[in-house]
Amino acid sequence: MIRLIPRAQPSKAMIFLSPLLALTLTAVTAFFIFAFILTDIKVSSVFYTLFVEPLIDTYYISELLVKAAPLIMIALGLSIGFRAGVWNIGAEGQYVIGGITGGAVGLYFYNVEGFWLIPLMSVAAILGGMFYAGIAAFLKTKYQVNEILVTLMLTYVAVLFLSAMLQGPMRNPSGFNFPESRPFHDSALLPIIWQGTRLNVGLIIAVILSFVTWLGIKKHLSGLQIKITGSAPRAAKFAGFDDKKTIWFALLISGGVAGLAGLFEVIGPAGQITPGLPQFYGFTAIIVAFMSRLHPIAIIFSALLIALTYLGGENVQIYFNLPSSITNIFQGMLLFYFLACDVLIQYKIVFFKTIRQKL
Amino acid sequence: MNGAELRVESVSWSPARHAEPILHPTSFSLAAGRVLGVVGPNGAGKSTLVKVIYGSLQPDSGQMQWCGEGYSPKSPFDAREEGIAMVFQHFSLFDSLTVAENIILGLDDIGLDTDFTEQITKYSKQYGLDINPQQVVGDLSVGARQRVEIIRCLMQNPKLLIMDEPTSVLTPQEVTDLFITLRKLAEDGCAILYISHKLEEVRQICTQATILRGGKLVQNCNPQDHNKQELAEMMIGKKLIQLARSNITTGQDIFSINNLSRKSEDIFGVDLHDISLTIKKGSIVGIAGVAGNGQDELMELLIGEVEAPADSLVFKDEDIGRLNSHQRRQLSMFFIPEERLGHGAVPDMGLHENMLLSRPQQSEMTNYGVINWQNVEKLTQQVIDDFKVQTQSSKMLAKSLSGGNLQKFMVGRELIQNPELLIVSQPTWGVDAGSENNIHQSLIALADQGSAILIISQDLDEILTLCEQIHVLSEGSLSAAVDMKDNGLEKISHLMLGSEKQ
Repeated sequence: MIRLIPRAQPSKAMIFLSPLLALTLTAVTAFFIFAFILTDIKVSSVFYTLFVEPLIDTYYISELLVKAAPLIMIALGLSIGFRAGVWNIGAEGQYVIGGITGGAVGLYFYNVEGFWLIPLMSVAAILGGMFYAGIAAFLKTKYQVNEILVTLMLTYVAVLFLSAMLQGPMRNPSGFNFPESRPFHDSALLPIIWQGTRLNVGLIIAVILSFVTWLGIKKHLSGLQIKITGSAPRAAKFAGFDDKKTIWFALLISGGVAGLAGLFEVIGPAGQITPGLPQFYGFTAIIVAFMSRLHPIAIIFSALLIALTYLGGENVQIYFNLPSSITNIFQGMLLFYFLACDVLIQYKIVFFKTIRQKL
Repeated sequence: MNGAELRVESVSWSPARHAEPILHPTSFSLAAGRVLGVVGPNGAGKSTLVKVIYGSLQPDSGQMQWCGEGYSPKSPFDAREEGIAMVFQHFSLFDSLTVAENIILGLDDIGLDTDFTEQITKYSKQYGLDINPQQVVGDLSVGARQRVEIIRCLMQNPKLLIMDEPTSVLTPQEVTDLFITLRKLAEDGCAILYISHKLEEVRQICTQATILRGGKLVQNCNPQDHNKQELAEMMIGKKLIQLARSNITTGQDIFSINNLSRKSEDIFGVDLHDISLTIKKGSIVGIAGVAGNGQDELMELLIGEVEAPADSLVFKDEDIGRLNSHQRRQLSMFFIPEERLGHGAVPDMGLHENMLLSRPQQSEMTNYGVINWQNVEKLTQQVIDDFKVQTQSSKMLAKSLSGGNLQKFMVGRELIQNPELLIVSQPTWGVDAGSENNIHQSLIALADQGSAILIISQDLDEILTLCEQIHVLSEGSLSAAVDMKDNGLEKISHLMLGSEKQ
C-alpha cells in the first residue's frame, strides 16, 4: 500500500526538488501529447521551437522579459491577497482600469514635457486599480458579497468600459476613426533599458517590487497578519488583527499593482491605448502566483517560465501551424504538476506494510 | 458469562515498518467481573492499545487470548462478534432521531422494524440507566447521550466493555451515576476496560490498573493500594509538586462583568443572560460548568473577538467592551483560549511566529510593526526553557507539538508578559498530569504576585484546587459565587445540572 504521511517538518530538499520534478513531468506529458497528435512533424523539433529557440535569440529574450514584467507585478499583488484568503480573480479588470486612468493623465498632458509626468500617471493608474478592486473590498466588508464574483464580473465591465472610452473620449482625433488613443509622446513613455528592444524600466520596477514585498512579508507584522488571516482566521481574531482591514489591504494592494502594470503596458510595449490591452495577464498571473507558492522572489522565476510558454506557443503556431491553445495546455499542466508535487513538501510517500492476515 | 478473560501478551504496534513503536510490548490480563483502568498521560499509547483490542489496528507482535482461545480481530466487527463492545469518547448518535432509533442503527444486523422499546427499558431499569426510548437525542444532556451509547453496547450482550475517557464531559453527579452502572455490570460478570487519565476515578472504580507512559508499560498494580499522588508520579515518572497558594492577599476590584447579555449569532450557540462577576487583584476566580453552556460565547466576549455592550466589561475602571484583543492586551489583559490549534496558535506556523500573536503594542519583539526576529527568538526560547516545553527548536510548527507541550507554550507566552489579568479557558484540557501540575503551579505563582486570574473550566477538580471564588455557568447564566463552607460540592453539582433535571 502507498500512503502519504505528514512530515514533522516541511522537507527542505523537496522545496527545491518539487519544481524540477514538476517541470520534468510536464515535459514528459507534453512529449506524449505531441507524439500522439503529431504525425508528420518531429516531436523534438517542436520542443526545440517551444523551449530552446526563445532562449537563444536576443529578440526573444527581450520579449520574454517584456512579457514577464506585468506578470511579476500582478502576481505579486495577487499573492498578498491569496495569502490572506482574499481571492481577487479580476486583476485583469484592475489592469485595464489602471491603463485607462494612467493613460488618461498622459493624454491630458499630451506633448507636455516633464520628468514628473510618468510618476503622476503611475499614481493615477495605481489609484484607478485600487478604486476598482476597492469596489469588491467595500461589498465584501459591508455586505459579505463574495469577492471572487465581484472582481471577475467587474473585469468584463472594465473591458467594455475600455472600448467605450476608445470609441469616445479617448479616440485619437487624427486616427482615421480607429478605436485607439493617440500614441503617447516621449515624456510619457517608459525609458527603454535595452536599446533596440521593447524592454523598459517596468522590469526593474517589477523586480524591485518583488524584493520589497519579500522584505515586507518577512520583516513586517502586516505580512504575518495576512498569513494568519488566511490560514487561521480565528487565531487572527485572537491576535486582534482586524479582518476587514486585511481584506481592504489585500484588495487595494493587488488592485493598485495591477493598475500600474496596466499603465506600463500602455506606455511600454503598446505605446498607446488599444482594444488589445487586455491580454489575459491578470488571469495568467494567478497561475504565476500559485506556481511560486506565493513567494515574492519565486514569482520572478515562475513569471519567466510562463512567459516562455507564451512565446513558445506563438512560435509553434507560426512554424508548425499548431493551435495557440498549446500555450494554455502548457500553463495548465505546469500549474497542475507544481501544485501536485508541492504535496511532497508537507508529506512523504510511505510504502505501507500490508495488513497481516494472521498474527 | 463465566470464564471470559482477556489476556494481552507482549502486544506492540508501530505506524510503519521501521518507525518508533507507539506501543511497546505490553501485557495484562482482565477477568470477568473486574474493572481494569488503563491509565497514562497523553501519547502514552492508551488508545493504540484499545484499538488493537477492538480490532481497528493489527499488532506487530504479541498475541491476545479471549475466553481461553486465540483472539486476533481484523476489524471492530470481529470484536463485536466476540462480545467486545466499546463506548467512544465522542459519541456517534444522530441528533434528530429518537433514542430507540439510534440504538437500532448501531446494531450490526437487525431489521429496522424490530421493536426494542421493551429491551431498552429492561436494561435501563437493570443498570440504572435512566432513559426514555422515545425521546429525541438532540434534546438529551451529554450524560444521557452516554447512557444511550452504553445501552447500545449492552444490546449486544458484551462480555467486555471498553470505555474511553467516559467522564471527561460529565458532571460529578453523572459520574457517580455512571459508576453505579459500571459496578452493576461488573457484578453481572462483564469485564470492563476503563481508559482515563483521571486518577481519582480510577482509584474509585477500578480493581486493577495498567499504567502506560510513552508507549511503554510502567506497571500493573492495584490502584487502591496507592494514593492519587503515587499513581500520578508513576504515570509521569517524576515527583509532583504540592500545590498551595503561598500568599492570598486580594486587593481592589480589577475587572468586572456587569449584566452582560448577548444573543448568540449561531443558531447552535448559547445566549448569555445577565452575567455579572467581579474579580479582585490577586484572586483566582473559577467558572465551572459543563461544556456547551455558554463558555465559548463568554470567552469570545472576554477576548474581544466579539464586541460587548457598553459598560458590561470594565477593566481598571475602563470600559473595554469595544476594544479588540490587541487593545486589551495593551492594558495588560491576556488570554489563553481553549482551542489550541487554529485559535490560540496557528498550526502551520513555527512557535516563534506564534509568539507574535499575543503581545502588547510596543515590546521588544516589534517596533512600529517591524519585527525584530532576534528578540522574538530569544523570548520564544525563554518561554520554552521556563515552561519546559519539549520541542526540538523554537521554529517547530505548532501542530507538531503534543497538546500538553503546546499548552505549556501558550501559557508561557502569556505569562511572560506579566498580565495583571489572565483569562484562561480549560488550561489543562487534554494535558497529562505532569504538565497539568506545571501549569497549575505557574498560575498560582502569578496570582501570588498579585495578578488576577479567571479560569473557565469543565474540570471541577481543577477549579476546586485553584480557585477561591467559584461560579457556575449553566445554560448561559452565571450563578453567584458559591459558598463552599457547607456542602459546596453538592451546590455546584446542582447548579451545573441547571434546569435540566428540574
